[in-house]
Order: sequence, then structure tokens, then C-alpha cells
Amino acid sequence: MSGDVLDRLRALLGPAAVSRDPDGIPRAVPDSTEAVAATLRLADECGWRVRLEGHGSWVPPDASADLALTTRGLDRIVTVHPADLVATVEAGVPMDVLRRRLADDRMWLALDPPGRPDRSVGSIVATATAGALRAGFGPVRDHVLGCTAVTGDGRIIRPGGTVVKNVAGYDLTKLQVGGFGAFGVLTTLHLRLRALPAADVTLLARAPRDHLTSVARDLADAGVQPQALELLSPAVSAESEWIMAARCMGSPAGVAGDLARILDTADLAWNELDAERAHAFWHLVTHAGHGAAMTVRLGVLAPGLDELLDLVSQHLDEGLLWAGASQGGMRWAGDAAPDQVRTLRRLAAEREVPLTLERAPWAMRQAVGHFGAYREGVGPLVAQLRDVFDPTGRFVVAMDGVEP
Amino acid sequence: MSAALAAELGRIVGPRWVRFQPAELAAYEADGLPTHASRPALVVLPGSRHELIEIIRVLHLASVPFVARGAGTGLSGGALAGSDAVLVVLTRLNRILHLDPVRRRAVVEPGVVNARLSDAALPHGLYYAPDPSSQSACTLGGNVAENAGGPHCLKYGVTTNHVVALEVLLPNAELVRLGSGSSESWGPDLVGLFVGSEGMFGIATEITLRLEPLPAAVRTLLAAFPSIRAASEAVSGIIAAGIVPAAMEMMDQACVRAVEASIYAAGYPADAAAVLLVEVDGTPEAVRGEADLVEALLKRHRATEVRTATTSAERARLWQGRKKAFGAMGRISPDLAVQDAVVPRSALPDILDRVAAIAAHYRLSVANVFHAGDGNLHPNISFDGRDPDMVARVHAANHDIMHACLAAGGSITGEHGVGSDKLAYMPDAFDAETLGAMRAVRQVFDPTARANPGKVIPYHACREWRRGGTA
Repeated sequence: MSGDVLDRLRALLGPAAVSRDPDGIPRAVPDSTEAVAATLRLADECGWRVRLEGHGSWVPPDASADLALTTRGLDRIVTVHPADLVATVEAGVPMDVLRRRLADDRMWLALDPPGRPDRSVGSIVATATAGALRAGFGPVRDHVLGCTAVTGDGRIIRPGGTVVKNVAGYDLTKLQVGGFGAFGVLTTLHLRLRALPAADVTLLARAPRDHLTSVARDLADAGVQPQALELLSPAVSAESEWIMAARCMGSPAGVAGDLARILDTADLAWNELDAERAHAFWHLVTHAGHGAAMTVRLGVLAPGLDELLDLVSQHLDEGLLWAGASQGGMRWAGDAAPDQVRTLRRLAAEREVPLTLERAPWAMRQAVGHFGAYREGVGPLVAQLRDVFDPTGRFVVAMDGVEP
Repeated sequence: MSAALAAELGRIVGPRWVRFQPAELAAYEADGLPTHASRPALVVLPGSRHELIEIIRVLHLASVPFVARGAGTGLSGGALAGSDAVLVVLTRLNRILHLDPVRRRAVVEPGVVNARLSDAALPHGLYYAPDPSSQSACTLGGNVAENAGGPHCLKYGVTTNHVVALEVLLPNAELVRLGSGSSESWGPDLVGLFVGSEGMFGIATEITLRLEPLPAAVRTLLAAFPSIRAASEAVSGIIAAGIVPAAMEMMDQACVRAVEASIYAAGYPADAAAVLLVEVDGTPEAVRGEADLVEALLKRHRATEVRTATTSAERARLWQGRKKAFGAMGRISPDLAVQDAVVPRSALPDILDRVAAIAAHYRLSVANVFHAGDGNLHPNISFDGRDPDMVARVHAANHDIMHACLAAGGSITGEHGVGSDKLAYMPDAFDAETLGAMRAVRQVFDPTARANPGKVIPYHACREWRRGGTA
């Protein structure tokens, strides 16, 4: 089987764009949207099951498949428009490469996703992985203006556009953001950028967890809204206590005002980091979970944080935990059995908190699914939407999991 | 349409809430777009969520198309119903069901008027950020359908950035719950997919919205410019300096003169080629710092005059002219076509030159008022709807403006929606495959295409879309 796959792919894409992955599965490395579409049309014709990969550094590239399709050949930054603060990039562009390119024009993509610095922009969008800055700059969906995606049967769609405001047609881009590849392979992204802030200051405080969440509430009541206000378990920052990190970005006067207000409001011993230490600290925070087997996200709002942190600690472990102390959202990284995740998902659902399995080995993804629990009536809609974008079920994506 | 159906709907809502006399229907034959009209078969106004569900169930069983309508302030002909369709008017579903100041969430029925939510949130120090110019009349259900914007969306985002969950009544009368109270969803982002679907996926019966804390300080600056190009360059200069103002609105001379000649006169400098309103908000320190920087940038970009409003009364006066600009322009001719399109911010000066040339070519008068910060144009064409030749020239000018915006890398609509008005331009904006995907997605929610039929997607331009086993 795989010999035939290799031969046909080589004939289609050229020998250099086809190899074998470490497990011996044929791997296609198309270098254009059209080549991705041709690959998927061939897969559709041959009935191959296709696993989607970026650089293989975030979601493990370990699903059982006939073909691995990676976006790492789609590595061009197509256009950057500083005057419009918009860039068009191919999905396989590594985040650190994009960051450096944008910094040349004093711009940035206001996302600090967990994972390796070189993870692909496409993987960040497909898995909707935002970091602490989501508090100030919004979730991944807010940064994506449009895309090009290829469906399971090799069709190319181009929803959205390259302007920051656009309501023409249905917003199919939203389905692709956080769709884990179930609705298509992202090949190109139109991104909303920001000018680099003139000031960027990070404060840290150590204290018992309950005290930190209480201080976060005081800050919210006082109208202080840092761009990030992240609660970190001791394991994340290799400290003996929980940490709260406040990151203020903007004009020098605005940041100075925010800092004064935080110091004034919060009954904590804050420590201001210099630029070099702040950079190292946030690097540590975003990469701390990379060695862990899996990560899950919990959609909890700030007032429910204490209860959910207890719940996660009890049913998984305290391990590596990141939580948005102002706008909510929580991420856990570690190792667990499928039943533990299912139990936590059920208990969280009882509290109206969704749990998304963000990354895990294939066996875990297959067992519990990225989403697993849907609200009433949603499961059939999701199934039919998958059917629209992948009519013959080419993509190996575990959306739902299986009940034991 | 059968009298039996009218009677059956009357049994659900009470006879006084079903309208079918020609004189009654005339009030519903257009929305805020004056160039399109269509009379529905009948109009029904449910008074509760339960009545709405029963209505949609009856229409489903009878295979009758329907169109949901809020206040009818839409500007794309999105809420027009054909003679075979029932218009379901949602203005009686106007309860704010829940307002949670701690979680900063509100749950509302679709007929709640936009500004009423901010009024209700005010005692808690909160507000609802998207502020369409029609916010004193338009409904939140309509805002969800169109993904409405407004001047303050530059910093705070449009409707889709503020809707966190929805209860949706599908055209087959089944209820589904999309999204959660947080930014994490139960599954894929179906809320994001639904917002802006222009009433073609179903009716939002309950809308959960994010509320924002009121900024501690606000400052509004008004600058006069000798040219639109200079004003546009100032806009780009402010954004490039890393400042995201709450709003950045521009009016050209025709618009300013219309405002100043009206009862909404705001004291704008009528001799300026362009007037720019910039509002910064946030903490007092940030506002002071940013306002100083904005003022310096405005002057550096050749502003001939800069005024600053610090009190709420002064700010209200500066904003009055902008908010009422459409009304002011409406009084200088019998009809006004409020257009909506987007270009990359850097293309603004060229596209405005092009719009002026198009208007001159078709012997039409155009005034521009627009969201300069995000490149969202509103060229407003004054005309007389009784003059068929003039109406034809308005259509031709709109066509040319849309194509000019697309050629500049823009979009045919930034906040008004496609509706009936922009349907013809969709094949210019999207290829047949993408349109086909949109049609296929619509079929998931509405397999028999009965919800707001004939809008957004020109079926003839869609490539056929294969479906697998579950359809």
C-alpha cells in the first residue's frame, strides 16, 4: 500500500516533496495550495486516510493514517502591509520567523501561544491555541481575517478577506479557527497585526493561590485591565509558590498609570522585571508545558477559577496550570488516563465549563476527542459540517472521542 | 398564501399580531435601504419565545419560507420578504433576561434595542461596545444577523467579538445551543459561523453578550484638514504609532455641510475638506498620553485646527453631528442610498478620489462619512426615488464603487451585510467554490432554504458541492 502511495505522490508532486515519516508512513510536503489540493484529490480518489501536520511539534504526528500531509513546505510570508497592519502568510511559516519579519516593520501578531517558538502559524490557528495575551488582545479568532483552506476532497475555498472589517458572505473562517483540521487544511492566512507597543512591562507576585485570585478580583473592580494577568502554578515557573504575572503594554504614560494602579490596589509584593528577564520569563511560561504528554483547555470565567482549579487539581493533578485571572480560560498540561479526562470533562460540563483536548497522543485524542461533549442539537450540525468539508472522511481528526 | 395559515398563526399570537391587509403590509415592504422593496404575504409578531417556536413549527410543517426582522433599520435589504414568505417581526421579544455584572454577561431576547442594553448595564459600570449609528432603534437580534459594527468597533471589535453564546431556533423548529459563556466553545466555533449569517441559518432566540467596563476616561478630538488625503495620512500615522483609538471617524466636506445646515449642527468647520473625529479612552494616564500624541500627529499631518472635548457635554456635541450625519444628509434629497464597503486603510485617499469621479460620471451627489480607522467607507448618494433614470444611475454608481473597492483589495460590505443589495457582487468577491461551500453550509442549518431565501448567496454562481453520507 505505502509503496503505491509513494509512487503516485512522487508522480504528482515531484520526488523532493515526498518522503517517509519516522513511522514509515508516506509524507507529502506540498509547497502550494494547488499542490495540497492535488494531493487531497489523489487521496480522495485512492481512499487514503490523511493525517495533517504542521511542524509536528504541537499535536503529536502519530495518528494512524495512509498519508501524512504536512504544511511545512508552505513557508512563505506572502505579503506584509505595515500601513494596513495586515499580513498574508502561508500556514507552515514558523511563528518565530514571522515574529522576526514583523518586528522589522515594528509590528507583531498579538498572540503568545504555548509550544515551541518554531511551531507553524497554521497549527496555532487550527488548534486555536492562545496564551496569556488573549486577555488583552482576544482569542485566536480575533486575529484571523480570512484564509485559504483545502477540503478533504481537494477543493480550495477562500472565505474572508484581507481587510480588518468584512461581513461579506458567511464567516467560514471561524469554522477553520480551532477546527483541528476537521474542516480543511489551512494553507494561507490573512492576519490582523498591531504596531509594537512603546512600553511593555511585566510584574510578578508570589502568594498562596486563593490570595492571588482575590487580588485579581480587586484589580478588575478597580478597572485595571493588563494585557495579560496570568496565574501560574509553581511547576510552570519552577517556583515554590503560585505566581501572578501582570503584563501591561501600550503607551508609556498608559503603562505607567496601570503599574501605579496595580501597585496601589493589590496587596502583594510585586516585582518588576527588566526587559531581558521579562522576555525569559514569558518564554518559560509559554514553553513550560511542551514536555508534557497532553494539554487541555477549560472555558472558565474568572469568577469560577478557584473552583475549577480545585477540580483540576483533584482529578488530574496540580502540575502545570495556567489560568487567566481577569478574563478566564485555563490550560493544564501533564499526563492522565482517558477516564480521568472524561470525568473532569463531565464535572466541568456540570458547571457549564467546556473542556477542549488541545494536544495529546493519538490514542488519547481518539478516546476522548478534542471536544467530546456537545450541547443539545450541536452534534448533528458538527457531523454535517464535517460532511460538507470532508465528504469522504479523508481527514484523521478525533473530534468526538468514544464512550467507553 | 392561505387564509388558513393566517388563522393558524392568529391562534398562536392572537389575531391582532397577524397583519395581512395591504395597508398594513406596506409598512413592512422595505428596511433602511430605499432602493429595494418587497411586500410579504403576511406579517406575524410573536410575543414570546414559545409563540415564536410555534410559528416556526407551523411554517416548517407547511413548507412556508420566512424572514426574521428586528426594527427594520438594516441597510442591505436583508429583512425583505417576498410575496410567498411570512415576515416574523421580533420586536416584541424585547426582554433583557439576565444581566450578570460579576461575569460581565447579559442574556437578551433578539428584539432588545441595542442602546437599551448599555442603559441597563450602566448602573454596574458596564456597557455593550458595538454601537451602530442606528443603536437607538436597531435590535440586538438584527445586529447578530448582520454582524453589525459601529464607530467604536475600531478598538472593541464588531458584534461577533461580543457574542459568546446563542440559543438558535433552526428552520425546522428545533432549538440548539451554540457557544458557552466563555471564549472556549463546546465544539467548533458555531457562534462565529452563525453571527453574520443574515437570518439564513435560523433565528437567535437568546443571545449571550459580553459587556465591557466603562472606560475611566475618554477624550474626543476633532481635527480639520485641507484634504481627505491629509486626513487619511493622519489616520495611518496614528495607527502606526501604536495607538488604537476607540474610534476614528471621517466626514468629507459635503457631509460636514449637510450636518451644519441641519438641526444637528455640531459646530464643525464647514470650510474644511475633511473633518476627523478621534476618540481615545482608557485609564486617565493612558488617555492623557495618547490624546497628546494624537494631537501632535494630527498637526504633523497638516490639520488646520484641532479641538479637544473633555466634558461629556462637549463630547456629545462633537459626536452628535457624526451620529446624525445620515439623518442630516437625508434631508437634502428625497432619498439617500447609504453605501458600505471596505478598503485597506492605505487605499482610502485613492478610493475616495475614485468615488468622487464615479459620482461625477453619473451626475450624482455623494457625501462620505466613514470609519476611517478600519477603512470602512459609507459613500452616501442623494437621489430621488421617483426618477427612474436617476435610480438607474444610482445602481450603476454603486456597481462601480463596489468594483473599485474590490480592485483595491477590499470588501463589498463591512457592516451592513450582503442582503438583497449586494447579492449581485458576491461572484466578484468570491469564487464559485467558496460560494458553493457557503451554500452547502447553509443547507446544514436550513436544508429546504426557507429562512430568508434569496439573500447573500447567488445560487447560480455556486459550484455544485458534493456531500457525503450524513446529509
